[in-house]
Amino acid sequence: MGMTAGWCPAAVVLALAALSCLLLSPVATAAEAAEVAGQAAHRNTERIAGSCILLLSQEHPPAGSAGDVLEDNPVGRLKVFVYDLPSKYNKRIVTKDPRCLNHMFAAEIFMHRFLLSSAVRTLNPKEADWFYTPVYTTCDLTPAGLPLPFKSPRMMRSAIQYLSSKWPFWNKTDGADHFFVVPHDFGACFHYQEEKAIERGILPMLRRATLVQTFGQKNHVCLKEGSITIPPYAPPQKMQAHLIPADTPRSIFVYFRGLFYDNGNDPEGGYYVRGARASLWENFKNNPLFDISTEHPATYYEDMQRAVFCLCPLGWAPWSPRLVEAVVFGCIPVIIADDIVLPFADAIPWEEIGVFVDEEDVPKLDTILTSIPIEDILRKQRLLANPSMKKAMLFPQPAQPRDAFHQILNGLARKLPHSKSVYLQPAEKHLNWTAGPVGDLKPW
Amino acid sequence: MMKSLLPQSGLRRSSVRGETGRPLGAAGAGADGAAADGGGAGAKAPASSTFWFLLHALCCLISLFLGFRFSRLLFFMLFSTTALYHSATTSSSAAVLRATTTTTTTTTTTTTTTNTFTLSFAAANPPPASLANRTALETAAMVKAGTSGNPQSHVVVGRHGIRIRPWPHPDPVEVMRAHRIMERVQEEQRRWYGVKEARQVLVVTPTYSRAFQALHLTGLLHTLRNVAYPLTWIVVEAGGTTNATAAMLSRSGLTYVHIPFPDRMPSDWADRHATENRMRLHALRVIRERKMDGVVVFADDSNVHTMELFDEVQKVQWMGAVSVGILAHTGAAEQPRLSEEDKQNMPLPVQGPACNSSGHLAGWHTFNSLPFSGKAATVVGEAAPVLPKGLEWAGFVLNSRMLWKDAEGKPDWVKDLDAVGENGEEIENPLTLLNDPSSVEPLGNCGKKVLLWWLRVEARADSKFPKG
Repeated sequence: MGMTAGWCPAAVVLALAALSCLLLSPVATAAEAAEVAGQAAHRNTERIAGSCILLLSQEHPPAGSAGDVLEDNPVGRLKVFVYDLPSKYNKRIVTKDPRCLNHMFAAEIFMHRFLLSSAVRTLNPKEADWFYTPVYTTCDLTPAGLPLPFKSPRMMRSAIQYLSSKWPFWNKTDGADHFFVVPHDFGACFHYQEEKAIERGILPMLRRATLVQTFGQKNHVCLKEGSITIPPYAPPQKMQAHLIPADTPRSIFVYFRGLFYDNGNDPEGGYYVRGARASLWENFKNNPLFDISTEHPATYYEDMQRAVFCLCPLGWAPWSPRLVEAVVFGCIPVIIADDIVLPFADAIPWEEIGVFVDEEDVPKLDTILTSIPIEDILRKQRLLANPSMKKAMLFPQPAQPRDAFHQILNGLARKLPHSKSVYLQPAEKHLNWTAGPVGDLKPW
Repeated sequence: MMKSLLPQSGLRRSSVRGETGRPLGAAGAGADGAAADGGGAGAKAPASSTFWFLLHALCCLISLFLGFRFSRLLFFMLFSTTALYHSATTSSSAAVLRATTTTTTTTTTTTTTTNTFTLSFAAANPPPASLANRTALETAAMVKAGTSGNPQSHVVVGRHGIRIRPWPHPDPVEVMRAHRIMERVQEEQRRWYGVKEARQVLVVTPTYSRAFQALHLTGLLHTLRNVAYPLTWIVVEAGGTTNATAAMLSRSGLTYVHIPFPDRMPSDWADRHATENRMRLHALRVIRERKMDGVVVFADDSNVHTMELFDEVQKVQWMGAVSVGILAHTGAAEQPRLSEEDKQNMPLPVQGPACNSSGHLAGWHTFNSLPFSGKAATVVGEAAPVLPKGLEWAGFVLNSRMLWKDAEGKPDWVKDLDAVGENGEEIENPLTLLNDPSSVEPLGNCGKKVLLWWLRVEARADSKFPKG
């Protein structure tokens, strides 16, 4: 482009920009004022909760209590019927590619296995409150191990067509008492790229069903109201194997390992994570308090146990397994993801446990973290030491009481009883079976 | 989740459009296209359609010079109605570098469809560092494709600036605050997980007057001052107590017992070891007489101790063993010539307990002195490596009740102290205090952690420690 004609058009631009500034400022300030008001409610800097918790059993790590909702036992409060879909939707996929059992989307597979032998399962669909469809949509992996979502809509559609033709329960409610586990990046929007996902929206067939997904962002097309947000799958045995003695002093102030710039997909920066991780790197790469880098150390889990704060910024999607790892290892999570909806938000008091930092405040992160009062930090650590919080984040095999599987069931139980509007009147129909991109209508 | 395919399709598509779309309004995406098309749809009067056409052409020409889509700026200013994400802009142009950002945040929001201009922009620009300063604002196209579907959401997909504050370096006040936070956190950790009842540490040190005595004792003194537990320092001095030592001890601020030992220290290493052993036994007898309670640690004045050692020894029940690193320092410029094979086979110079796979004591690691054979020092102060003998006392810790005449729960595999060393026999190491050496507890993660270092550095017999 014409760099030779440099300064003259630059002057023009300057003039125009100044002009635009003037014109815009009234618009901008009005908008900002509205934003600020709306966000003061969830502007999440440290809030000192007066009531809540505590303390102190005399013994081992005095842990604060986190909320009794985590202790609920779902057995007896709901009944789940598991559809018996042909194995091409589930078992055969896993046998074809067993890597699906270890990646962060493995929750869909383990949820199926858990429900098959769970006490909430009923074999009589007429008395079921919820219906579960075991279809593994996130198991089509590239050679590198990343899931491709391109066939997932067709797969899901095909599964729903199968079960609506074989059992009458789907048509009774158009799916409103069914739930699906869709752990991929943007849930039931079935795409990894945010704009495409927004464009597609939630799969039309799933508009009435309850979605159990890892994705959660407020006011986002792909977060349906009433969805249950779950943590991503993190292998519990692996984390167990890397525990270090609890009296190892925490000597790292802030810890993070991961990408700051995604050179493969966004070499210029600014697109990946809305520039927040890049900002993190640029501002704190020279700061000795921040142990941040892109390396893959063998002692990653051990290091997290030696750190006071662990950064959990968003990635291509707002959620990350780092949150699970931070909670399990007792490191206070610093969540940098605007408008994120965290897993089991109605059961786990994330504000009490973690520190929320707006993406625009990242350059001030060191000031924010060092000015948190020490009592708050100690209180957060006590809460994190509570084993029920750690249990709620994990998907152990076999399932244990109060683990993530049970929290999902608790969430489903809390939505009962279904309202009358769930059941369709004779001529009523809500779902448009031909909606969505043409490619989705092809059979799978 | 990394994507291997990203907005490349979007990128390429719009970049192609950007490059070639200028000449004639082949419908660049977005509002200006829409506006232009709306005008040029043909349903309007020819006059207005030519007007829009000319306007479009003018915008294209200007864009050619500026290097980005000027038309968008114009239309944005004229037609933008929806709330923008943060729009604090500095009036900087393509050529301004990021160092001039005076406000802490400068962001612009764009979407993939406008990646065109970013690409061409970047070509005209210094590297991506100046991304933070782009000011071109985009139009309704962004709003259409970019917002997360709900006008109240302020989180917008697309390319954002990278916020960098003007001085991205640590602030010393904050660093101090962070360190205080960490100290407090560690204190809490100790309170929760650490030792519940801290026992007194009884440190037994044999010493004698020589050039390096002040050097070694000062080092040990500082180490002991840092120990977090109540401590008593039992110093046995060969050749009787000296005023210099007494002065140093009284200035140390520690609780101490200064015991004179009648014999002088010999100048032969082998004899020195033997004398030291007798001095230690003497100290143990004093502990027994005075019924001092605590954990006995043998700290030679020239050794180097870690703080973890004193935490670890609190765990001892009756008798424990820790791993001692052996630094066989030659004192000469050349190190012993080790053959490659020797280097391969030489184990770590660590002396201590060896455990089997179930964590029980299975034997002892000792120092391999073969490479040094024939070259070891025999006289104190000789410039040759000083080697340890067998198992050093420093690697053992005792519960002082083991030494008492009668103590509750004293195991029967412990010999009575009076029966040991009475006849002037050599006490090589504390294992002779036991009937059954297999009951020793291995400490420090079963001996895997080296908690102290053994080192013997002495000056020549005729040297004097510098005064003052």
